[in-house]
Amino acid sequence: MSVFVVLYFACLIIASCLAAFYEKRGPFILLFSLTLISFILGIVGGTGALRFVAIAAAVLAFAAGVAFCFREFLVVLLPTKIGKELKTAPLTAAFGLFVIFTYAIAAIFAPWIAPYGESEVIASSFAPADENMLLGADQLGRDMFSRIIYGARNSVGLALAATIAAFFLGAAAGLLAATKGGWFDQFMGRFADVIMSIPSLIFALLMLSIFGPQVFVIIVAVAIIYAPRVFRLTRAVAGNVVVMDYIEAAKLRGEKDSYLIRREILPNSTAPLIAEFGLEFCFVFLLVAGLSFLGLGIQPPTADWGSMVRENATLISFGDITPLIPAAAIALLTVAVNFVVDWMLFRSSGLKE
Amino acid sequence: MVHDKSVLLEIKDLRIEGYTGEVWVPIIKGVDLTLHRGEVMGLIGESGAGKSTIGAAAMGYARDGTRIVEGSKIEFDGMELTTATEGERRALRGSRIAYVAQSAAASFNPAHKIIDQHTEAPLHYRIQKRMEAQEDAMDLYERLRLPNSKEIGFRYPHQVSGGQLQRAMTAMAMSCRPDLIIFDEPTTALDVTTQIEVLAAIRDIVDQFNTAAIYITHDLAVVAQMADTIKVLLKGEEVEQQPTEEMLDNPQEDYTKSLWAVRSFERPQKSRPEGETPLISVQDVDASYTGGDKVLDGVSFDIHKGMTVAVVGESGSGKSTTARVITGLLPPSNGQVLFQGEPLPPRYQDRTKDQLRQAQMIYQMADTALNPKVRISEIIGRPAQFYSGLSGTELKHRVDELLDLIELDPSKFYNRYPPELSGGQKQRIGIARALAAEPSFIICDEVTSALDQLVAEGILKLLDRLQNELDLAYMFITHDLATVRSIADEVVVMQHGKVVEQGPKDKMFTPPHHPYTDLLLSSVPEMDPNWLTTLLEERGVDNVGEAADV
Repeated sequence: MSVFVVLYFACLIIASCLAAFYEKRGPFILLFSLTLISFILGIVGGTGALRFVAIAAAVLAFAAGVAFCFREFLVVLLPTKIGKELKTAPLTAAFGLFVIFTYAIAAIFAPWIAPYGESEVIASSFAPADENMLLGADQLGRDMFSRIIYGARNSVGLALAATIAAFFLGAAAGLLAATKGGWFDQFMGRFADVIMSIPSLIFALLMLSIFGPQVFVIIVAVAIIYAPRVFRLTRAVAGNVVVMDYIEAAKLRGEKDSYLIRREILPNSTAPLIAEFGLEFCFVFLLVAGLSFLGLGIQPPTADWGSMVRENATLISFGDITPLIPAAAIALLTVAVNFVVDWMLFRSSGLKE
Repeated sequence: MVHDKSVLLEIKDLRIEGYTGEVWVPIIKGVDLTLHRGEVMGLIGESGAGKSTIGAAAMGYARDGTRIVEGSKIEFDGMELTTATEGERRALRGSRIAYVAQSAAASFNPAHKIIDQHTEAPLHYRIQKRMEAQEDAMDLYERLRLPNSKEIGFRYPHQVSGGQLQRAMTAMAMSCRPDLIIFDEPTTALDVTTQIEVLAAIRDIVDQFNTAAIYITHDLAVVAQMADTIKVLLKGEEVEQQPTEEMLDNPQEDYTKSLWAVRSFERPQKSRPEGETPLISVQDVDASYTGGDKVLDGVSFDIHKGMTVAVVGESGSGKSTTARVITGLLPPSNGQVLFQGEPLPPRYQDRTKDQLRQAQMIYQMADTALNPKVRISEIIGRPAQFYSGLSGTELKHRVDELLDLIELDPSKFYNRYPPELSGGQKQRIGIARALAAEPSFIICDEVTSALDQLVAEGILKLLDRLQNELDLAYMFITHDLATVRSIADEVVVMQHGKVVEQGPKDKMFTPPHHPYTDLLLSSVPEMDPNWLTTLLEERGVDNVGEAADV
């Protein structure tokens, strides 16, 4: 038996004992059941399996530590009112915020962070990682790490623009439909149903093959696809606000629709809309990445995570993880955004305890 | 049968704290309470006095975010509830202690039949078999004088009226023959005519089974009918406790006296000026909601400058619909509304800015009438800005002036948001918003019914003062005849969308009346503890239920 295995079990059992001694029920059950499972894992999978568990636990602990520190950092840095809200945020949300923050930094300062240019050929194709190239080279010998950094700018920027456009369209239509009601409401509702009945990917492919794969076309196509979802949510939220007495009072005062929407309805529907924004951003991001993977998204040589997966896909059959790195970048961001959205939804729905 | 009068519930030095997000603040500050078997104790006080919290504590229950402080003693029939386990306490609830909530409509599960919800507790505690429990339920329905007692339990909650539902809930509380029932404002949401049935039913059943009860209400006249002893609470502390008769005749504390004095506000009645064109004239108005039956049927009445016309009737009588027709939210299918002799366009969208300005509205629920995300300064300032085109310092002066007018300190309230205000303050902001338009006519839709009596009286006095200062005409929609008595000049009585009687207030309050007016008037609870008994004798006990359907 190796020293590692002895240490592994010793750590687990001491931790379980400590948890039991301090009457921490949850952690104790978790730790002790992990100990029991580890016996079986150790017999079946050997030292390797146990090492994997240890690394996974270490990564989780590291993420939790980072999240905790980042939350404290924000609490100290931001004004007291927002800070107080943040103090109640779960660690997952803090982790999500940290990831989003990192991506934003990478995207904004890409030219300064990336060691090489976006489409600069510096090595032979598929060169392995060395001290110059953190993650090796891609199929044309460009630095993978630099392209990931630039990709943050392009992929995230595009998805963000498309989501904002979808929100602008959908929210405006939803608010108008809720305020005006009647046939306008009916018409907008049925129109949204028609758009939603078209499969989104096929619609996007159609638009892109007609108008060509330009950034502008991608943004418009994606905005049209996602606007109906936003429309339906906005209409439902605004519908609850429109029946309030203060809206009636404003109507009886003779206020125009624009005032009603801007000053009376919108301030009362922002919370669910912001949460929805995060959620839709994930979908849009995945759709854009999917389009890029199919070769109809952002065109080379511009770095984009979706197309980077496709370009390096051949490496997968050689057991190399390079194509998985941009995929992991996409996954991490979506998970992070969802963590933050969950927290916001929880806050806006008032589901406390 | 000799009733057992031993002590059932003894609460000593009850302290409850609530969590505000940072610190625990005391809600109940050391209240003692002793309740004997068969005794009914009335808990009264304004909202925030801690009535419901004490009611819940009597079941050993503290709501989320509150806790019972150590050292408090709640002893129910020899069992200490504060130290009992959750399981032991749960075993008491429903079987030995029952609870009747304010809104029966919100407390029944709409997806199950009434009788299935009734029999849930006896079946759970294995007191009765299903058939026995159902028969018992029918028996209780009979005793509570519900119509069709054999059949009514097999309906769903939405298929019976509010008053019947409240009685069914009382029957449900009785299902395990508890020793103690807690009634939390059981009749507050009901009309006066339905309230009587429920009160009579509750009083009878409590008496028949020698059940002790804690009756929580803010209506003094109601508590006078129901309770043997009255405990007055203020901000989590006991003010005084005395047997009902003594409490009514001879209150000791100043606070109690002020509560008793509330109903005495009355202002002199003004009479209609001769030969003047009425400010608002509703002429032969019919109205219905899309495709439905007529909600209003030939409604006509006049409102003169500077006068208050009270429109009274039960819910569903068309009071609020009349207001909607006047404001133009619901165009009438027949008839018209005149303003100073000129017909108003039926739809508010077609009215001029000045026509809209002249008629303003104050709402019942100040919570939904004020936008929670807008500062007070903008809520009040907007009409002034919209109609008079004020801006900058002029607008600020106007808002300050309006806040002064409604007796709120401008420097304190200018930048606040509605959720930070109390109910009475919100209602005042609603009034200020109406005044900001400089109207000549204001519709007050049940403006005081959601408020405590002391606060409501303040609002009535304010409205009266404003009327004298600004020569306003009010249309006062209410079901509370005490309010009518204090503020109205003329009264319009409505039933089923028709005006059944109208005239000056003094004439309306002296007989002979239309039978419906008579029913309404006699149903208003009075402070005399024998009022309910006398009334029931006069009407004949059995037709209480039918009387409401005249």
